[in-house]
Amino acid sequence: MTDPASAAATPDATLDNAPGSAPGRAPVLEVRDLTVSFRVDDGRAPDVAAVRGVSFDVLPGEVLAIVGESGSGKSVSSLALLGLLGRHAVVGGSARLGGPGQEPVELIGLDRRALQDVRGRRVAMVFQDSSGALDPVFTVGFQLDEMLRRHAPDLSRAQRRDRAVELLSMVELPDPAQRLRFYPHQLSGGQAQRVMIAMALACDPEVLLADEPTTALDVTVQREVLDVLRRLRERVSTSIVLITHDMGVVADLADRVVVMRAGEVVETAPVRQLFDAPRAAYTRELLAAVPRVGTHERPSGATESARPALAFDELVVEYRDRRGRAVRAVDGVTLSVRPGEIVALVGESGSGKSSMGRCALGLAPVTSGTVEVVGTRPGHDSPRTVRAARSRVGVVFQNPAASLNPRYSIGESVAEPLLVHAGLRGAELERRTAELLESVELPAAWVSRYPHELSGGQLQRVSIARAISLGPDLLIADEPTSALDVSVQATVLDVFREVQRSLGFACLFISHDLAVVDELADRVAVLHQGRLVEAGERTRVLGSPEQDYTRRLLAAAPVPDPAEQATRRATARS
Amino acid sequence: MSEPLTESLAAATADGPAPAVARRGVWRTLRRRPLFWVAAAVLTVLGLVALVPSAFAGWFGQPDPRACDLAQSALLPGGEHVLGTDVQGCDVWANVVFGTRASLTVGLLCTALALAVALVVGTLAGYYGGFLDRVVARLTDVFLGFPFLLGAVVVLTSVGTRSAVTVALVLALFSWPTMARLVRGSVRTVRDAPYVEAARAMGLPDRRIIARYVLPNALGPVLAVATTMVGGVIVAESTLTFLGLGLNAPSISWGLQLSSAQSFFQTSPHMLVAPGVVLTITVLAMITLGDVLRDVLDPRGRS
Repeated sequence: MTDPASAAATPDATLDNAPGSAPGRAPVLEVRDLTVSFRVDDGRAPDVAAVRGVSFDVLPGEVLAIVGESGSGKSVSSLALLGLLGRHAVVGGSARLGGPGQEPVELIGLDRRALQDVRGRRVAMVFQDSSGALDPVFTVGFQLDEMLRRHAPDLSRAQRRDRAVELLSMVELPDPAQRLRFYPHQLSGGQAQRVMIAMALACDPEVLLADEPTTALDVTVQREVLDVLRRLRERVSTSIVLITHDMGVVADLADRVVVMRAGEVVETAPVRQLFDAPRAAYTRELLAAVPRVGTHERPSGATESARPALAFDELVVEYRDRRGRAVRAVDGVTLSVRPGEIVALVGESGSGKSSMGRCALGLAPVTSGTVEVVGTRPGHDSPRTVRAARSRVGVVFQNPAASLNPRYSIGESVAEPLLVHAGLRGAELERRTAELLESVELPAAWVSRYPHELSGGQLQRVSIARAISLGPDLLIADEPTSALDVSVQATVLDVFREVQRSLGFACLFISHDLAVVDELADRVAVLHQGRLVEAGERTRVLGSPEQDYTRRLLAAAPVPDPAEQATRRATARS
Repeated sequence: MSEPLTESLAAATADGPAPAVARRGVWRTLRRRPLFWVAAAVLTVLGLVALVPSAFAGWFGQPDPRACDLAQSALLPGGEHVLGTDVQGCDVWANVVFGTRASLTVGLLCTALALAVALVVGTLAGYYGGFLDRVVARLTDVFLGFPFLLGAVVVLTSVGTRSAVTVALVLALFSWPTMARLVRGSVRTVRDAPYVEAARAMGLPDRRIIARYVLPNALGPVLAVATTMVGGVIVAESTLTFLGLGLNAPSISWGLQLSSAQSFFQTSPHMLVAPGVVLTITVLAMITLGDVLRDVLDPRGRS
């Protein structure tokens, strides 16, 4: 039953189970055998097939989620529908758009002018990076007005203004009339994304394509945007196609789910059925890889020792903004990491968690208070001692592709600390490098590959290999898995746990993802606006949080379980 | 559970690496680029011409660029003078051949000097920032605000004997600030890249970070500008020489030919075409070589 053709051939069977959609209703968008391939080197190299024969229906008023990992073709499919792929893409198959009472139109092969008329008016799109998608030099009102002027030319100036206010109140922005005069930088990330949704809805489109609309947002803000999207369904008739990799978001919002992998549809099912009884093996793997907060006991690797591997004492970090005002990123935090222990630093963006990590690495200035890293204090001890101590500290950054020198082969990157700090040369260096690559489950033969030839998960394992090359006493990991797909994240976390167990280093693990933290950490510290909100044993902080903010953080992260999401929503409303 | 998942993922990710990636060194890749051979051949020939002009000048029976006959002024190409004669009645071919040395010396020497100074100053200013950066920024402002020609005139008149080397030095003195600006900007964008921060966090010495992490990644745009600069400098030399401040008469250079020919462009365009074409070929060969090298030195351009 995993064959996409058979799933598409019996749409009624899936429709019966779909909540919120009457069986037998004609779809708004009917995609059949969509194929997309990219020409490489102007046809000199074989074409790369990104989407191979994808079929799905979008029913009136439903939320259809397209789920898949990077490279699965989920974004490419949606861009292909609007002809946004550029001239190297060859698109085949059929996509018929035609809501109730609307003239049906075939989107594939439509000429440019006709497509421009469809875009925005009949099919609208919301992208991931909302602050980048709004023009920074025009007000929100101007941009909404422009959209309306283009697609609804018969509205008068006053009517357009009224409509703009109506749209902003529809996405639940406070004081919508006032917000029209705001520039994009005056909005928060969540508000900017809501303005984007309002713009997309300006012309009452039949279909709204939302490509990872909440991925760049903090959990509490994501919650806000998801709430808006959810309530929108009660107000407008637009169908929403939600493209995401986050199973939690799917469980929260979707009616039906299309699971994609390597350019093909693996499974199409109503949301509850998909989570309760996934048919395809891949769907099961995907669901199993999603980390969940479930606090079970686990022995801690921490050793009692007089001297902590890392200690912050009343740390204050201030930056100067563009006008020279001091902005306090970290505000008097005291925290220590014992040898062999993993302490997770949790918080949303702007909470100061990354600044603390950067302080420990000597990349951010300490305004007041002290940082003690493996027995030395940067800024107090001599630069020579501090530099020598660096060889005992490893680091793994968030974006694996950017944190490796593109001019170095991965072997050179891993060997760098050995070469500089341990003075290894020749055959000995090669042997150690190969060992390190194998310890993170990469083939030793890959030493001469360059970063651009590896995938994100593989690169992150190279970063881990580099970080542990000197057998560090302390490892600082700044969001090491947040740029990765869930199943890749699972393998990277496995590797990480494995090397931590065998080398026994202390670790400051910075993350916004409570489920990942729950899988890995011994202790958890929660930061909010530069202050330490709560810190303690993992089971205590995540299991029975004392502070309101920790509880809110825990509640905001959507769990990959539609039933539980529904209960959560019900309790939140009452 | 990690193993089957890894495998399924390797199959699933379209952007993953191909199982066998062709591995090529810099030289092996370079060898396969026809453009590299074309550019290298052109520059080799030009180099030979610059070293032994007399071996090339006599090909068409008029080996002496200074054997001029006013009676034969501005002859069209063909006959005894294969590329015609200039206003003074000198053979254009012989002049182009003998002008190569002076022009190439000025162009290459000046660019190399300016590039060297700009790399040092720009990298230090860009990487360390702070006071040094501000000093460099103001200093380059001063140089950029100074009228280029006026500056060169003042410096050159105070120099006693003038040769291709002194002209190159003076031109370099006034062209490094633009390059330094470029290097500084390029270094600044690379300086904050996560891989440079990772290198700093590893405790690598600054020397190594700059030489192995910052410069190789910042050099691309700078090289592109440097190769186009060669042509600009050759023309600038001609302007100075035209004003009587560049190479001492009776020097021969492409620049001199160009500036003396431009006033007769409407009546005898051939005097302008010959040096113009060689200059263009030189600059194109430099740019091509720079582009090919930049591509090949980047691992992404090799596999």
